[in-house]
Amino acid sequence: MHEPQDRLDEDRPGEDRLGEGRPDDDLILSVEDLAVHFPMGGGWLGRDRRLLRAVDGVDLKLKRGECLGLVGESGSGKSTVALSILGLLAPTRGRVVVDGQVVTNRPSGDRKALARIVQMVFQDPYASLNPRQTVRRTLEDPLRVHGVTATSEIGDRVATMLRHVGLRPEQAGRYPHEFSGGQRQRIGIARALILNPKIVICDEPVSALDVSIRAQIINLLLELKDTLGLSYIMISHDLGVVEHMSDKVAVMYLGRIVENGDWREIFERPAHPYTQALIAAIPDPLHHAPLATTGGDLPNPLNPPNGCAFSPRCRYAEAVCRGEPGPVLETRADGHAVRCWRADEIAVQATLAATGGG
Amino acid sequence: MTGVPLIEVEDLRIDLDDGSRRVAAAEGISFRIDRGETFGLVGESGCGKSITALALIGLLRQPLSIGSGVIRFEGREIQHLSAAKQRELRGNRIAMIFQEPMTALNPVSPVGRQIAEMFVLHKGKSWREANQLAVEALASVRVPAPERRVKDYPHQLSGGMRQRVMIAIALACGPDLLIADEPTTALDVTVQAEIIELMRNLCAERGTAILMISHDLGLVANVCRRVAVMYAGRIVEERGSADVFRSPSHPYTQGLVASLPRLGSRAALGRTRLKEIAGVVPAITAFPDGCRFNPRCAQATGICRTVAPVADLLEAGGLVRCHHHA
Repeated sequence: MHEPQDRLDEDRPGEDRLGEGRPDDDLILSVEDLAVHFPMGGGWLGRDRRLLRAVDGVDLKLKRGECLGLVGESGSGKSTVALSILGLLAPTRGRVVVDGQVVTNRPSGDRKALARIVQMVFQDPYASLNPRQTVRRTLEDPLRVHGVTATSEIGDRVATMLRHVGLRPEQAGRYPHEFSGGQRQRIGIARALILNPKIVICDEPVSALDVSIRAQIINLLLELKDTLGLSYIMISHDLGVVEHMSDKVAVMYLGRIVENGDWREIFERPAHPYTQALIAAIPDPLHHAPLATTGGDLPNPLNPPNGCAFSPRCRYAEAVCRGEPGPVLETRADGHAVRCWRADEIAVQATLAATGGG
Repeated sequence: MTGVPLIEVEDLRIDLDDGSRRVAAAEGISFRIDRGETFGLVGESGCGKSITALALIGLLRQPLSIGSGVIRFEGREIQHLSAAKQRELRGNRIAMIFQEPMTALNPVSPVGRQIAEMFVLHKGKSWREANQLAVEALASVRVPAPERRVKDYPHQLSGGMRQRVMIAIALACGPDLLIADEPTTALDVTVQAEIIELMRNLCAERGTAILMISHDLGLVANVCRRVAVMYAGRIVEERGSADVFRSPSHPYTQGLVASLPRLGSRAALGRTRLKEIAGVVPAITAFPDGCRFNPRCAQATGICRTVAPVADLLEAGGLVRCHHHA
């Protein structure tokens, strides 16, 4: 076990420092007002320097044993959020609280302690495994780095973990190229779990795999979540996978959360026009109906539109949507949160269309 | 379906020469596409769908080559055409767009010039005329401000815009067949919808047939009228696309349809364990005997391990290659 550490919380001296006793202790992770800005360009002496707001004021909560789906297109900031939670990116603003401990802005040595709690499964099991290391070495190294030195314990934990992910302990002496894509992803999962983390961030864990292999890995991830008591953050552009795996879903657009709620709410009653567009863009295999199109590309994050970031592509946009300040994320009584000025009107319109239009 | 099909493939075999021996990377491939029709080839990586397309357009290169079989374009055999004759066909009558437009476009040439080149090479236009046609072509794929965009280099465009440029190049000469190989795999879902609709509308207006190749059965079924499912170098099932989803006949297709979490299924049925297809896709050099799906198939019996199944016609239309099909 790691020793308890003082929270370094200079940014918010007024915040209560007694977080351990708060009512939300079934929260394993909370991201509060997270912002990550990157200075871009900046010629000689830093003139013309512009700020890329990759993530701008994101709040997320992950309960123990739950899976939070993080959805959005490339450039929406999903992976930046993930890297901040892992402590691999220093946020510009805001904080990340993991298991009751504030982990942002801590000395870099503390990343080691964080690595015991939060781990990651990567997208491409061909690129994320060292081709010159045996599976045993890949799984042993994290244990050694984290102070497990007894050879027998290392051997036991490696063998147990390989069985957990559906591989045989005898396969530990092999190299990644001797495995298929699906087996490699099992190794990637074993590496993420070998330190017994509490939170696993899965970044597109099946999109690089053959279609006929994906179900195996999705089933495995769900089984492991239950047997090992894990909590997941599931990043994916495949809404079918997200719906299948998630308890809660957060939809990101251009660095902000635009909708957040229970999976059923998001998929059955999506309230933000962007979420609606995402769901409508998925091809229906049973019909030749045209796909719903949104118009335009993701805006340039260096030069975001005024007001609501989605307004240039939104078919419901009106003057209010294009003016500053942009909409805020409003949480309804049932916990479903939406960042849209016109969400209620749009919902009424949709109901009228459904009943009146026949 | 009467008359001469636009393109007809008959018992095509594509060889892979690995230095010491030739193995069949695809074999027994037969299908036809009529004028203006939309046809899909679906399968996982290594199933042979992309090399089949390359064979149609005459772009197979060592170590791949056509081993046997016939490809007819408007009734004329084209598999043994000279390089010059193939070039004439390619671009002019058959065009292709690829998965990653960044690697398919020339990075050091403005996109307008790359479109104009098509008119110069295939239609004998002057560069001045061709440049004007390039602006029109960019406008037709709904690139905003086309007269300025023609001067842009590929890296200055977003992924969606680059794929629009690819479509403009492919459709420049009004081809009869557009081959789209994973045209939207690298794109976000809302951009994918834009590109698919653009391709679908332009081809419908011009009567261009589409051969779409993808691993995404859902997308292909939505775009195409008929779908052929490939597994390990063979077509295992060919059906009307809605039938493939509603009542798949081959155990592999059944497995694929059942194994994917579909939007809405959890709300309707609750979270059930996904059906898995056991095992892995075999390597080209190690295709099993008999039915190539037999090591992964729950219904496999003795005959499946020794005898390759022939194509059976289904009553509802279409064909399937399975000894025990539904």
